[in-house]
Amino acid sequence: MAETPARPRPLSPHLGIYRPMLTMMMSIVHRITGGALYFGTLLLAWWLIAAATGPEAYAAFEACASSLLGQLVLFGYTWALIHHLLGGLRHFVWDMGKGFELGTVEWMARLSLAGSILLTLAVWVIAYAMVGAL
Amino acid sequence: MADMRTPLARVRGLGSAKSGTEHFWIQRLTALANVPLAIFLLASVVALVGADYATVKTYLSMPVVSIVLLLLILSGVYHMRLGMQVIIEDYVHGEGMKLLSIIANNFFSALVGLACVYAVLKLGLGG
Repeated sequence: MAETPARPRPLSPHLGIYRPMLTMMMSIVHRITGGALYFGTLLLAWWLIAAATGPEAYAAFEACASSLLGQLVLFGYTWALIHHLLGGLRHFVWDMGKGFELGTVEWMARLSLAGSILLTLAVWVIAYAMVGAL
Repeated sequence: MADMRTPLARVRGLGSAKSGTEHFWIQRLTALANVPLAIFLLASVVALVGADYATVKTYLSMPVVSIVLLLLILSGVYHMRLGMQVIIEDYVHGEGMKLLSIIANNFFSALVGLACVYAVLKLGLGG
């Protein structure tokens, strides 16, 4: 067994000592939205199975989906999908070996965050306008 | 330094983990496919908001819609299975728990994927 060193060896910096940065939060949120979409596929399965089962099953799905909680979940699902999709586009840029400059990384993060919010709102405005609720 | 690998191992070029680059490649391939497919799903759902059951059923039984939905399910489920595997490998450190989690990931993905495929086929083939 080796002797204990006189000074503790340097450790890699832990997340806890970093000031939260946008790029870092976007990376974490990309993973969280991925995990949310994973379980969100149950909603897709429910929708398709309800449609394949019959009018009563579909009415039950619609009642849940149009409730306040259902709308909140679907709004979150829409945002997670769009955010994860835009995050994936950034990864394609990096996969091509481009866009690693600090300035570029920063504006791509801002653009995809703003884009995810604006596109989600746009989707929901269109959806509500379709049923004449706006 | 001399290469200690056999000529066959060199040709296969897989290394000790056997499948690292394949995981990455399929993750990106399915990601690329998911971009237009997810947009199609979003557009379809928005178009069907407030529609009655007969309209929804008619739409979901159109061949083109069935085919695109099947592509989305296959590509999407494969993508999410790979992604969840990475999350498990990053955060679950006990060997037993890691193995159980990866098994559960595979079972969940297979179940959700097959359920969606079955429903789409039933709608498309007029069940």
